Amino acid sequence: MKQLASPKELEAWRQEILAGVDPERPCLRVCDGTGCRALGSQELLGKLHEALNGDGGENGKVDVVATGCPGVWEQGPLVSVDPQQIAYMRVSPDDAEAIVNETLGTGEVIDKLLYKDPSNGEQIVKEPDLPFSSLQTRRVTALSGQIDPCRIEAYLAHGGYAALARALYDMDPEGIIDEVTRSGLRGRGGAGFPTGVKWKFCRQSQSDEKYIICNADEGDPGAFMDRSLLEANPHSIVEGMIIGARAMGATAGFIYARSEYPLAVEHLNLALAQAREHGLLGENILGSGFNLDIDIRLGAGAFVCGEETALMASIEGRPGEPRPRPPFPAQSGLWGKPTNINNVKSWSSIPLIIANGPEWFAEVGTEKSKGTAIFSMVGKINNTGLVEVPMGITLRELIFDVGGGVPGDKEFKAVQIGGPSGGCIPADHLDAEIDYDSLSKLGAIMGSGGLVVTDEDTCMVDLARYFMNFVQEESCGQCLPCRWGTRVLLDILTRICDGEGEPEDIGRLEELAPMVKVSSLCGLGQTAPNPVLSTLRYFRDEYEAHVIEKRCPAGICRGLITYEIDEEVCTGCMVCARNCPVDAISGEKQEVHHIDTDVCTRCGMCMQVCKFDGIRVY
Amino acid sequence: MIALTIDGKEIEVETGRTLLEAARENGIHIPTLCYHEALKPYGGCRMCVVELETPRGPRVVASCTYPVEDGAVVHTETDQIGQLRKVAAQLLMARAGHTPFIQELAASVGVDSTPYTLPTDSCVLCSRCVRACQEIVGIGAISMANRGSDRVVAPPFSISSADCIECATCVQVCPTDAITLKLITDRNRTVHVWPSEFARGACRLCEYHADEWMDVGAQEQTVHG
Repeated sequence: MKQLASPKELEAWRQEILAGVDPERPCLRVCDGTGCRALGSQELLGKLHEALNGDGGENGKVDVVATGCPGVWEQGPLVSVDPQQIAYMRVSPDDAEAIVNETLGTGEVIDKLLYKDPSNGEQIVKEPDLPFSSLQTRRVTALSGQIDPCRIEAYLAHGGYAALARALYDMDPEGIIDEVTRSGLRGRGGAGFPTGVKWKFCRQSQSDEKYIICNADEGDPGAFMDRSLLEANPHSIVEGMIIGARAMGATAGFIYARSEYPLAVEHLNLALAQAREHGLLGENILGSGFNLDIDIRLGAGAFVCGEETALMASIEGRPGEPRPRPPFPAQSGLWGKPTNINNVKSWSSIPLIIANGPEWFAEVGTEKSKGTAIFSMVGKINNTGLVEVPMGITLRELIFDVGGGVPGDKEFKAVQIGGPSGGCIPADHLDAEIDYDSLSKLGAIMGSGGLVVTDEDTCMVDLARYFMNFVQEESCGQCLPCRWGTRVLLDILTRICDGEGEPEDIGRLEELAPMVKVSSLCGLGQTAPNPVLSTLRYFRDEYEAHVIEKRCPAGICRGLITYEIDEEVCTGCMVCARNCPVDAISGEKQEVHHIDTDVCTRCGMCMQVCKFDGIRVY
Repeated sequence: MIALTIDGKEIEVETGRTLLEAARENGIHIPTLCYHEALKPYGGCRMCVVELETPRGPRVVASCTYPVEDGAVVHTETDQIGQLRKVAAQLLMARAGHTPFIQELAASVGVDSTPYTLPTDSCVLCSRCVRACQEIVGIGAISMANRGSDRVVAPPFSISSADCIECATCVQVCPTDAITLKLITDRNRTVHVWPSEFARGACRLCEYHADEWMDVGAQEQTVHG
């Protein structure tokens, strides 16, 4: 075990590691992130080793590396074959033998495992040529899917901990904060507060103890940016935190992670143990005399614990409830001591800024939002997954170029950005540039990077109801506007979706939502009404259709739709009648069938099973 | 000392006071619900919101928790503040419009009815009882349980608490009489919905015998705050 006592020893070890790397050596990189694991990557890894028959691993002829997620979840399990960088997708354990015998053996590419462009059916062989990858600017996620996150050597081979050595030996704390400030990095947790300024406040606070915290309590539905980073490159977060601790004079660090992320926590624990073992964490880091240790604290799954003051209460062992500010955490945070809290993506940006310089970081981005943004794109989009793009990219480029657009022949309707605290942006604003300021002007927020694409089949009232249901359940209940305001908002939205809304309900939403936004104690309540407010702003006609015409234009809200069988199309095949769970469909064989709307529960089963597209919704 | 302006009035107060205290000490009325002089400020009911002037425009803060700052300019009666208090009062009316305290509080901000519906309960979750039990009595026999609109005040597991000393401080501080004291026998009392099986006639803290201050003959009695 190497105990590194100086930057020189660190560099020597790095050279030793690099000397052992043969770029021509065959290597199978298998994504083993949570997504691919759910799709069977563990079994696949086993089969690959079996097929290699002892040739896999360090002592064999072929490396088999279990990596974190490179971003394309929906296509998993993923296998990349190096040195050719052949990208295989949707690989089943049964394909293991073919990969070993054909691709590794004879160099043959297996066509059926290649990515097929949904727009033109073209097959793409190499990883860097995938449209999903080539349109991205991967910086923070550059090593995701490339390295084994469980080996510190893999991180070191890519320049890991060099920034820490520089921060400890060649820079003073003010110099570090100056570089972070000049980089223009803004908090990646969503609020977008300038990180350098935040660090300066904490640095200026006088105290015998100071804390730094990594907020890894990612809780937005459909958002997995932090989980992916923690799984794929945990050392970058650890390195960022140590640099931050040195800059602010922190004496201890905590990573507050969700217990629902067991793999991320496992990788983090490994990374912390390795860093400690090699003198990169703990007492006298790299022989510099600087001490810091980092501990993990697990959250029990309350969304509100992502709010910084509630998070700190939770670390202290109290109920996860926020407290009013001031005092700000930089003055009085964890256990009343000055505390700095940053998001996972902010921390892992730090080593890049220190290693490459603030100018490099600020090269991409807009005037006020520098660097890249990481989004997890879900919903009605072809390339579901995690992407890293420059700030300032337009929504159109992000959704249609990187994301591959909306599946099928459906029309894009709106995109929900920023999770349940975010807002819906309609098609009219597709050319808006994505940065902190432009999104808030449009009524959404950058948030932590969740992005849900909706198409013409999405009812915007129903979408607002979905997000309101989420925040209503996650409200801690401490302050009145969030506790009861969100409850009443949800009740009204539910009523509208059930077809029982009245025209006055729109006014009630418009009076209550701004009050919850302005009056609530913490960020959860202050952003909770955003989905309602933004859908009211852009899709007011849908609300009016629900309450005045008693109609759901998207054909989603069960209380407002009627299913009918198209007499011209119906062949009397009886499939719908047989599948109807409530026996609402009657008709003789080869005669037109009918739906009894009084019995029908609008479950949509008949529509799904009809082979002739003969069910209409009104 | 700190100098600030509230509703155009120049005020000097000691460092560490809150905007609410500064206003009240100077005869400026701000409505409150969860605030209680004997308890730490909580910031839960949001009735005491005021507007603070900032370089980026007016900012709404809860006056009970916001500390006085030198040069601060505060407005307690703007249109926005009126609107925020109105909606808060309407929500309170939806929850506990049957209680005289809430009716009076709502009336003080011009609200006598509500367009909203909530499950009704006399408890408005102001947390005065919970804080009193913790901060004044030092026991912590009750706390908030559950999240959001499911939130309730309860002893652990909602069963009889061996920690409760039945001092009735919670009864005293409850603004809406949601906590009542019942005499089961002349020696056994029970608080609210948390029946106590512990025979205890007096508060353990003050050694004050229940018989001496309560009408022993009454089978049920409410102590008003």
